Amino acid sequence: MAAGQSFQAGPDESELVKRITSEDELMRMPPVSSTHRLTRDEIGLLVEWVRQGAQWQKHWSFIPPQKGHLPAVRLNEWPKNEIDAFILARLESEGLQPSPEADRATLIRRLSFDLTGLPPTLKEIDDFQSDKSANAYEKVVDRLLASTRFGERMAFRWLDAARYADTNGYQIDGDRYMWRWRDWVIESFNQNKPYDKFVVDQLAGDLMPGATIEQRLATAFNRNHRINAEGGIVPEEYRTEYVIDRVDTTATVFMGLTVGCARCHSHKYDPITHQEYYRLSAYFNNIAEDGRAFDWGNSPPEMAAPDAAQQRRLSELDVDIAAARQLFAQELAASADKQRRWEKSLKPDSNRHWSPEEDQLIHLSLDQSSKPEIKRSDKSRHNRVEKKKDDKNFKPDVIGFKDGEPQPVPAPTGQGTKFDGKLYFDLGRIGDFRYKSTSEDFKERFAISIWINPESGNAGSIITKMPDKADEHEAGMPRTGGWGLFFMDGKVHFNMVREWGYDGYRAETENSLPVNQWHHVMLLFDGTQPYNRVNLYVDGLRQTLKINQGNFHLYWGLPGTPLRIGAGGGADMRFKGAMNDLRIYTRIPEDDEIAVLACREPLDKIAGKDAPERSMGEAVKLRNAFIEAEGSKELKQSNQRLRDLRSEKQRFEDSLPMVMIMQEMPDPRPAYLLKRGSYDAPAEKVERGVPAILPAMPPGLPNNRLGLAVWLAGPEHPLTSRVAVNRIWQMLFGTGLVKTTDDFGSQGELPSHPELLDWLAVDFSRGAPGKGEAAWDLKRLIKKIVTSAAYRQSSKISTQLLQRDPENRLVARGPRFRLPAEMIRDQALSVAGLLVEKIGGPSVKPYQPEGLYKDMAFGGLTGYDRDKGEGLWRRSLYTFWKRTILSPNMAVFDASAREFCTVRDTRTNTPLQSLNLMNDVTYIEAARMLAGRMINEGGEKPAQRIAWAFRTVTSRPPSEKELQVLLRNFDKQLASYNATQKESEKLLLIGEKRNQGKFNRIELAAYALTASLILNLDEAVTKQ
Amino acid sequence: MKELNNLLTRRHFFSRFGLGIGTAALVSLLKNDLLADGQIPHFAPKAKRVIYLFQAGGPSQLDLWDYKPQLEKYRAQNLPDSVRGGQRLTGMTSFQSSFPVAPSLFKFAQYGKSGAWVSDLMPHTSKIVDQISFIKSMHTEQINHDPAQTFALTGFQLAGRPSLGAWISYGLGSVNKNLPSFIVMVSVGRNGGDQPLYDRLWGSGFLPSRYQGVKFHNGPDPVLYLSNPPGVSKQVRRQFLDDLSQLNEINANEYGDPEIPSRIARYEMAFQMQSSVPDLTDLSKEPEKTFEKYGPDARKPGTFAFNCILARRLAERDVRFIQLFHRGWDQHGGLPKNIAKQALDTDQPSAALIQDLAERGLLDDTLVIWGGEFGRTVYSQGKLTADDYGRDHHPRCFTVWLAGGGVKPGLTIGRTDDFSYNIADDPVHAHDLNATILHCLGIDHTRLTYKSQGRNFRLTDVHGNLINQILS
Repeated sequence: MAAGQSFQAGPDESELVKRITSEDELMRMPPVSSTHRLTRDEIGLLVEWVRQGAQWQKHWSFIPPQKGHLPAVRLNEWPKNEIDAFILARLESEGLQPSPEADRATLIRRLSFDLTGLPPTLKEIDDFQSDKSANAYEKVVDRLLASTRFGERMAFRWLDAARYADTNGYQIDGDRYMWRWRDWVIESFNQNKPYDKFVVDQLAGDLMPGATIEQRLATAFNRNHRINAEGGIVPEEYRTEYVIDRVDTTATVFMGLTVGCARCHSHKYDPITHQEYYRLSAYFNNIAEDGRAFDWGNSPPEMAAPDAAQQRRLSELDVDIAAARQLFAQELAASADKQRRWEKSLKPDSNRHWSPEEDQLIHLSLDQSSKPEIKRSDKSRHNRVEKKKDDKNFKPDVIGFKDGEPQPVPAPTGQGTKFDGKLYFDLGRIGDFRYKSTSEDFKERFAISIWINPESGNAGSIITKMPDKADEHEAGMPRTGGWGLFFMDGKVHFNMVREWGYDGYRAETENSLPVNQWHHVMLLFDGTQPYNRVNLYVDGLRQTLKINQGNFHLYWGLPGTPLRIGAGGGADMRFKGAMNDLRIYTRIPEDDEIAVLACREPLDKIAGKDAPERSMGEAVKLRNAFIEAEGSKELKQSNQRLRDLRSEKQRFEDSLPMVMIMQEMPDPRPAYLLKRGSYDAPAEKVERGVPAILPAMPPGLPNNRLGLAVWLAGPEHPLTSRVAVNRIWQMLFGTGLVKTTDDFGSQGELPSHPELLDWLAVDFSRGAPGKGEAAWDLKRLIKKIVTSAAYRQSSKISTQLLQRDPENRLVARGPRFRLPAEMIRDQALSVAGLLVEKIGGPSVKPYQPEGLYKDMAFGGLTGYDRDKGEGLWRRSLYTFWKRTILSPNMAVFDASAREFCTVRDTRTNTPLQSLNLMNDVTYIEAARMLAGRMINEGGEKPAQRIAWAFRTVTSRPPSEKELQVLLRNFDKQLASYNATQKESEKLLLIGEKRNQGKFNRIELAAYALTASLILNLDEAVTKQ
Repeated sequence: MKELNNLLTRRHFFSRFGLGIGTAALVSLLKNDLLADGQIPHFAPKAKRVIYLFQAGGPSQLDLWDYKPQLEKYRAQNLPDSVRGGQRLTGMTSFQSSFPVAPSLFKFAQYGKSGAWVSDLMPHTSKIVDQISFIKSMHTEQINHDPAQTFALTGFQLAGRPSLGAWISYGLGSVNKNLPSFIVMVSVGRNGGDQPLYDRLWGSGFLPSRYQGVKFHNGPDPVLYLSNPPGVSKQVRRQFLDDLSQLNEINANEYGDPEIPSRIARYEMAFQMQSSVPDLTDLSKEPEKTFEKYGPDARKPGTFAFNCILARRLAERDVRFIQLFHRGWDQHGGLPKNIAKQALDTDQPSAALIQDLAERGLLDDTLVIWGGEFGRTVYSQGKLTADDYGRDHHPRCFTVWLAGGGVKPGLTIGRTDDFSYNIADDPVHAHDLNATILHCLGIDHTRLTYKSQGRNFRLTDVHGNLINQILS
């Protein structure tokens, strides 16, 4: 049947009309078997549409917005700017009038919350009220927009949209470190970064030519999603979820599209096909990530994200190191003659060597009478297991050779020991190098240097920290947890295993080593993602590795297991051959040190060679031996200075904040259409591409994330600016012009003022070039809205208007709605004088009822390490955000747990909110501190003090009636506490901050309750 | 005289919003809560309320309920490939080199008229088998705790959907005006137990947050921030609230925003909760008999037994949806020793709750569910020895039991194969269970919907069939 027949044949001929009005159940649509029914009104509407010719066009939001003419209005004196023309025209067509402008106290409070998230001070109110200039209002707006609090306030909802949190979510919900990105957001808003740049940096800053640190860290936006560390998951299932999350979040936040529906099948309502969904996913599919995350901390890819001061410090260190290196070279040159003389003086001694000893944890020469030198380390977990006071079962380590008598053999550094397949050396419970711990995210570097002479290709265990038994083997290797160096199958192996096959790192050298000769083996482990940070050197040469397993996830350690040389992993793994001179370092040695360790020539032999014939290792070995033996004070000092600076730089680099980022792999991972959205049902391969309903990607753009981002932020895109403008409108008026902020598709609501939305969208994306006003200027957009007459209306509601427009969609009054969670708490801290205003940094842990994590959290994460001091009183956007157990004073006021992207505000009104405001230590402490301010700053009389507090919180003086109620309340509390003095004292001890100064304690307590009453007012928690 | 004045002001105040006075007014204000559209209940409910005893971690059906005497023949043999059928395993065992069959170490016997098989881990439950019905053919789609629990309780494996209890609160609203309609309690037993729980398991997803479960806290305040701070007596609080109401009323009259009287009402309800919750959790007036019935842990706050007593008291107070979570069923290793402790935690209190409800005439209209997110594997995770084994997660079959309003007692529904690995008869999907729970409450699961992001969502997505055999 032709489409025309269905719709355009006129109501009498139309197949559509026949079907929806049919009495015949077999004919009628929707089918009777479906649960859907059309209402009488809906049928009427469809019939009318067909009668009018069944005009059909693209869904409104896919048509690029146009800046239309301003509508004509009757009440000409009302509009203050273009916005008002649209609002008023609509009101007039509805037969409504705008509300009068709110008074200045109300306006400045409204503005201060909207633009900074905090209430105005009394001085700010006074200044505004007494400012007679014509632009008094605009001055306030400009001041607030220029405040650094603006960026913090704007970040509130952006963090929700970007599902930013301080934990990884899912089962384990361990801590993560993404706050550098949060600070980037604050900074971007404060710098008024153009919105298109804000978009491009977050989606693809890493791909910008010459990307800065800030641009790269901006891409943390798409790493903010939850990551799963649960043992036993199928990694690919969750890697797929991460990609899906990026697609859905990007589409919702920037385009207001619910593309998620097309994950499993073509979108039922919007023109996005199943295939287009996966073409979109192909842009986000290409980072080197593992579906299974680490239990604690960030998962790769990540980067160190130094802030400006830290970046400066890093360059200073580099300059210092270069200078120190130069100085050292000069000193060496100055000592050249002295070194030559010293070299000549060396007596033949084949046992005289030099090896680095800096950060050397263990040295064991492995001759038969070997006594290990074990250095105490500041890191206790490297140390020998010590007896705890009450441990009755403690057994001290017995260190030394076991299961046989050592036999000497000649070895590169003198004498080594023969290992006969039984003998091993037990070093005791030491060397517990771990990958991560529950409480810290440390980098535990270590390096092992040892000489081996394997008797056969399967010589066995070189050094291990693992049980000396194995139930199962694979390719001759013990499937045992722990770490170890092995010589098997002619190759050096390094395994660090928590669970064989599932959780651990295993690698071997690609090349085989000849047996029955001495080799120097060196392992370097830098304590981070092992996949590419383990290095093996044989005879001073870096080896190409074959990775057998590379998926480390969990923390681990084996503190109770001894470190063994020549054993571990079962009897058949005992080493067969000889070994010599074991050294373990707790750092990664420099390249020249590795060469020194692999150098078998004794000093006298090296000295006998002409300088040009010495290898690098030989030269450095000799030089360092000279410095140690005969170097001048200056030479020693310059050498030491260079070393110190290097390790200082290392420590500094270790202390830098990390952040997970987007980072493309060189070869794109193929993307597939997934049947029913399931990771294990890939169908045809798909190429990157944007949905056909949207503008095509302009030629010349790379078809990658960067191209996508630039396309998205282009002024031609029909959705980007509309969606952004709408979200700002929602922030200021409580509801968007499109109420469904998250859905601009056909199932979303139509805009209440389509022409206004489009006017604002075009004005935002194009700016006003004629007036020199830039495109994508967020502060300009916000200023435009808040300086409108519409925004400045009083929010008082007549009964008639309430019935007519309960949700204020027509904007016949100003916005009135409950403040978001963050502002409620921040206001209390602010008026109490408690607020610590410091921008950025790691998240803080303010008050929270005890035992909350204990009830629910994963073992090992059950403690809430509450802040002391400053951290208790920072702005709420710095509160530690644990996704699975949200801070209750945030949760109760509808804060998002940030498990997924949220762009729509919800506001409920519950008794739990009342309990929180009345009884939470946060608010009692704030009331108590506010009481102190009332007494100190409010005046002499109770009435003055109470009026002062009332105005401090609500920005307006109380009415006579209100003051009476408050005074009566105060008098009653005072009388009550006079009768029960102890009770008042209890109240005054709540919270950590003490009231400084001399107070009548009873009076202070009574004021505290009155202050609490004021903080509980509906008006106090409401923007009106 | 003053009270009269107050009353008059209040009358005037509420009349502005077209309401009556006093409690009636408060109740009507609370009723302004948005509830699901349409006629709910859709049909006459059999149950007024639900107690869901959620056993978090995945209790082993093989050691508790699903008797497999044939397994002894296969002890320590590799699970036949034909049984496993290439199904996915968790990453914790997929690298195992063998999958040795581990028959249960516990003895099973038949009990009651129904002749239900129960292991000797559950001596008390075995006495009530004629009051409950087992579903041995439960299955789910998720193989790990987080997604499987989220799936069981929200119908979807990822965060974002409303929980079962939130759907019910949204659909049916509250009966008791002094207590929340959806209450959650959490316990950890003798085992300890590392497996966490998540707010989202009782969250409201895209529904307004007032429908989320209120989790009772195992601390001094069962409801967070319930108690007045030290130094604030009940009288002081009453005065505070009276004055707060007056001030809010002044502003309400000025602004005319219905949110303000709504807030006044919430403060009143908060005050009511300050007495109703302590009254609920104060077990001092419970007779000695109660504690004997619920077992040795019953006096200890934070235990499953204590929470079971609270569950009964909540049922008496007509709280709509009561959900207990007991952690610690995740026995990957050392199962025989650890599951015995879990059984000790839960067996007696669960059975006591059923009997207690029955004795009080509450079982007829209270639906009770006992079960977790999935079952466990027949093969041993880790080493199988004569007296030890572990079991990995197993979503392909597990057992739950139901009792009370809306369900027939004494039945065993569904059957697994000889290995308790695959379902042989009458599979029941997690969606089917949820559909059936809603049905018992008079809700058609296909008609309880909420529009979010352009789509009408429901608890059971586009799935869910009633377990007709069990419906009374």
